[in-house]
Amino acid sequence: MATASLPAETAMERLDAIIALPDMALAAASALADELLTIGEAALTGWLTAKGKTPTRSTVEGFRLLALHRQGARGDPSFNACRETCRELVYLTNCIRATPGDADAARLVRLGAMVARHLLLFIDGKLEVAGLGEFCCSSRPLRMREAAYAAGNP
Amino acid sequence: MSGKYERVAYYPGCALEGTGHAYNRSTKALGKALGLDLVELKNWNCCGAMEVKNVDPKLQTYLSARNLSIAEKMGFDTVMAPCNGCYHNLKKAEYDLAHDAPSREVNQRLSAKAGHQTYEAGKVETIHALDWIKQAIGEEGLKARVKNSLKGLKVANYYGCMYTRPRHIFPEKDKGPGSESTFKPHFMDDLLAAAGAENVEYPLKTACCGGAHTLSDSDTSTKLVLNLLTTAEACGADVIATECPTCHTGLEMHQKRAETVFGRKTTVKILYFTQLLGMALGLSARKVGVHENLSDSGDLLFERGLL
Repeated sequence: MATASLPAETAMERLDAIIALPDMALAAASALADELLTIGEAALTGWLTAKGKTPTRSTVEGFRLLALHRQGARGDPSFNACRETCRELVYLTNCIRATPGDADAARLVRLGAMVARHLLLFIDGKLEVAGLGEFCCSSRPLRMREAAYAAGNP
Repeated sequence: MSGKYERVAYYPGCALEGTGHAYNRSTKALGKALGLDLVELKNWNCCGAMEVKNVDPKLQTYLSARNLSIAEKMGFDTVMAPCNGCYHNLKKAEYDLAHDAPSREVNQRLSAKAGHQTYEAGKVETIHALDWIKQAIGEEGLKARVKNSLKGLKVANYYGCMYTRPRHIFPEKDKGPGSESTFKPHFMDDLLAAAGAENVEYPLKTACCGGAHTLSDSDTSTKLVLNLLTTAEACGADVIATECPTCHTGLEMHQKRAETVFGRKTTVKILYFTQLLGMALGLSARKVGVHENLSDSGDLLFERGLL
């Protein structure tokens, strides 16, 4: 199960593994729906943390994922390019939960994993463009600037 | 035919004269086949795209406003822009001129300096090629004209990120039945379904194609596109239908790159919606510029009796 500190590379490997699972193994779809949401939340949390923000614990329409996206897009309108990706992820996980054991569950889980993968790739690209890179190193340029400001030497 | 958009000003934009030429060709051919009149703007200029907008957003507003001013001078109240980037920028200029005094001031100053009439918000409506066909012909009108049904062709409709964002510059969208949705756009789905295509449920229809990363970080673009392609295939699509030259070129280019750099081959074909509609109306593949695409869809089109 992914956690808030799950590195993007590990999350990507986990998503690839889910997509490759045989239909039978996707029977426990409800649990996988939770995992997909958690992976998405971790990616958004990574974006917010790299930008020096404290990720919200609140929800929008019952989902933390949507609240995190809204927080991430504040002051950065281009981040809205992943708004519908987040909403599709929520929609697919709702479908998975609404039809446990359904014959279509495996397809829905795979699609959910592909949508989550897109979210991770998008955020990864945004971090690169912002010069924030990945995880610790990711925040380095930003932290260096902040440290310089704190030391009164911008 | 509603008559509303029967004759409109046409703003192809730079991409349609270069990498998106097949879109230009197929849009014109489709219009002609449907009895719609496109009149190209005289001496049009770049819409300001991303490059100018990133450096000076107000200059971009002026550049787009100049095109609207030309449309007005030519006697049109509607301009059709098939490229998502151009469509977005013209809409954004319209919004800024209506809501932002400094933008109006810059537009006025630069228009005076360039010696042309200053465009004022509200004079010209900007529409996309999807609005044009949907409103001028509609699904029933298309159905009546179909000669080669797209029946059996499974299509994932890909709209890209600029057709619906940001929501505030598209006040006509999200107005309930009959209007386009910014959450889940459907105009392309509606039109292709009318031509007989079977639309698949595609969860990434407005997701990022990585266009902005293409030059600075090609690997990220390739990975994003590869995910769009594999997801379309997982949805059962034979074809991804596009309505933006930047997205289209990105999908085609990175489909090839994914194969050469990452060893990941995908077989889904990429065609402009105007090409699909044109062929459904009986136009030849050549007439709608299929030979200009990088994505080779020959086998599929032959198999479906469209070639």
